[in-house]
Amino acid sequence: MQQIETTFPKGGVHPPERKELSERSTIEVLPTPEELVIPLIQHFGAPAKPTVVKNDMVVQGDLIGTYETGLCAKVHASASGKVKGVERCLNPLGNKVPAIFLEVDFQKGERDYTPQPWESLEASELLRRVEGAGIVGMGGAGFPTHIKLSPPKEARVDTLILNGAECEPYLTTDQALMREKAREVLEGARIIMRILGVGRCLVGIEENKPDAIGRMIEEASALKGAEEIEVIRLKTKYPQGSEKQLIQALTGRKVPAFGLPFDVGVVVQNVATTYAVYEACVLQKPLFERVVTVSGRAIKRPANLLVKVGTKISHIAQYLGGVTEGLRRIVIGGPMMGFSVPTMDLPVTKTTSGILFLTEEEIDERPHRACIRCGFCLEACPMGLMPNEIGIYVEAGKASDTGEFGVFECFECGSCAYVCPAKRPLVQFIRFAKSKAKR
Amino acid sequence: MEETPETILERKMPLSVSVSPHVRSKESVEKIMWTVVVCLIPPLIWSVYQFGIRSLLLTLISVLSCVATEYVSQKGLKRPITIKDGSAVITGMLLAYTIPPGVPLWTPILGGVVAIYITKQLMGGLGYNIFNPALIGRAFMVATFPVAMTSAWVRPEHYFTSPPPVDAISSATPLYIIKHYGLPALFERYGDLWKVYFDFFFGSMPGCIGETSHFLLILGGLYLLYKGYISWHIPVSMIVTVGLLSWILGGDGLFQGDPIIAVLTGGVILGAFFMATDYVTSPNWATGKIIFGVGAGALTVLIRLKGGYPEGVCYAILLMNPLVPALDNWFRPKRFAPPKGGVK
Ligand code: SF4
Ligand code: SF4
Repeated sequence: MQQIETTFPKGGVHPPERKELSERSTIEVLPTPEELVIPLIQHFGAPAKPTVVKNDMVVQGDLIGTYETGLCAKVHASASGKVKGVERCLNPLGNKVPAIFLEVDFQKGERDYTPQPWESLEASELLRRVEGAGIVGMGGAGFPTHIKLSPPKEARVDTLILNGAECEPYLTTDQALMREKAREVLEGARIIMRILGVGRCLVGIEENKPDAIGRMIEEASALKGAEEIEVIRLKTKYPQGSEKQLIQALTGRKVPAFGLPFDVGVVVQNVATTYAVYEACVLQKPLFERVVTVSGRAIKRPANLLVKVGTKISHIAQYLGGVTEGLRRIVIGGPMMGFSVPTMDLPVTKTTSGILFLTEEEIDERPHRACIRCGFCLEACPMGLMPNEIGIYVEAGKASDTGEFGVFECFECGSCAYVCPAKRPLVQFIRFAKSKAKR
Repeated sequence: MEETPETILERKMPLSVSVSPHVRSKESVEKIMWTVVVCLIPPLIWSVYQFGIRSLLLTLISVLSCVATEYVSQKGLKRPITIKDGSAVITGMLLAYTIPPGVPLWTPILGGVVAIYITKQLMGGLGYNIFNPALIGRAFMVATFPVAMTSAWVRPEHYFTSPPPVDAISSATPLYIIKHYGLPALFERYGDLWKVYFDFFFGSMPGCIGETSHFLLILGGLYLLYKGYISWHIPVSMIVTVGLLSWILGGDGLFQGDPIIAVLTGGVILGAFFMATDYVTSPNWATGKIIFGVGAGALTVLIRLKGGYPEGVCYAILLMNPLVPALDNWFRPKRFAPPKGGVK
């Protein structure tokens, strides 16, 4: 139960945290809307195949999307009701994806889930439940969790890392979960430790969340095999929540380029995902709702909401009293790595950690100019890359030659573009370079 | 107007969509440049006190020349006009700071044109220039007006007299005295060692317009360091190198030189904090910066001791400038964990 203050050594930035907008609000259940649009792909991989057709009746928690093999995750009904159709909807990335449109039947009510002991279950049964619940990484790209929890034999995983860094500004979902559901999160962590067969778990939390740190330490010391779970206080610095940076901060190990945490004997799980694992294994409840931070200066009432997957953003905005005149940009996810979207007509998915309604003064739309070679971006890059050179090459039409700057090691954290005084769209340049350069 | 929840759906929102990140730091090129300008003002005020209103006039003329040249050349080259970003103002100030206060008032006009038009805009504008514009401007003025640029010194105590006595011998710079008559002559003229240190540090010595008050220059430099606008690497490595090498080689025998006087004379402090740190014409990464600073410091001493001019900072930095692309290429940040077997 130590409390070490540590962080990753190279690069990083300190954007204004703006967590004060929502960090004190307790998790609030958002009433289910009349219509849900549940995408069949909310994860990294292939879309799930629908198991229902138009006019089918479903009950909350029913399987509505499935797969046979491969990289995929199951999808469940977030509420009871009637299937209005299987059609395409827009996702935050701007792609049209297949989705189940559901008309909610409010008579049916919600299902009850009661805890059952899990300690006697085999690791394989626990893993089966994780897979059956359709859990995906809820902090980012949505990699199917059951695959992440099945490392190859030769990987020799010895440490589970619980990612409670939540380094993105504005977002407070993991903070709220750790504060209010600390016991459940830690139970989820113990389940994952059982699945992986590891004896050590490190929980990394940034020091700007003292409430979460306090509760997690309290619950961790109340555990029976308490010595297994160690809560570590991290110095606040973006992008601490990136797997490579977090693993380095907590264990000193460096995941090689194009490698996976397995390669250094680590598995990282986000706090929200771990909570979903708890629900799947202890309550046998599939993943169909999640905590979402709704924040930004353009939403009337910032909040941490428990939202059904498939709920439209417009419904959420309405519930929170609407948006203000100053609304200029809507971002799904955090402001550093999230996606800006052109409409509120989009559903919340399993990976939606935040919805930000930002005003002009929060974003910065000043035009960019030539690189002044200040080197700030080199200082900021946690991967030791040269974003300025990549940008200059792209502008000079030499995007395909940027391999030598390690462009594929960039995980688009945005630190470089954040600090650039010339306001250069470095992440945009880098994405373009990645599409042109040879790996 | 307050919006009701009902109207938000119909609202035609001018939503902007862009690639992440969606938040940006408050820093901007303009903010950095104008901060540098502010840091350069106290030495100018001191200079006016020391050398009279000529200092201010020459600086204003130099700045006006640079800004006007920037405007006209950007118009001519059909580029966006960026005179508001402060970078031409800095060039103008630095250009003026490196000339003796006794030169004819029109001298910096030509220097400004060369600095901005030839050195900066013809190379592609801010960001593309290889050489420090102000230093090229100064080098050009030295070549064109060799007598004025190396002898139009003004004795500090004559600042009330007008026109100032332009007199190469009676107000020769300390560097000139050291080079031609040796250190003892300097003490003979300016008092004992500690008085010399004190005067040199606070700036009651003849010299170029903006280079004499090392105290105020260092204060400005420290502020830029504090703001994170410059890093310590170049100033420290350059100043330490000048001090060390002057100590070793600058006296009659080895280790007989005076490092303090070497650092507090000529434009070493001004150059190390405000010229060698120019973003565009200095390396980006720490290792390269240190090598750049050491190189500029070593060349400064070499030119002072072996060259024709008593002052070497200007040429030393200019000689290092073209090495910057190579230094940036050789000394890169350390990649997190690059793939094994090469840079790919
Ligand atoms: S976006 Fe890429 S290049 Fe920029 S700081 Fe992050 S890792 Fe480095
Ligand atoms: S931060 Fe921006 S201006 Fe500075 S070197 Fe990087 S790309 Fe160029």
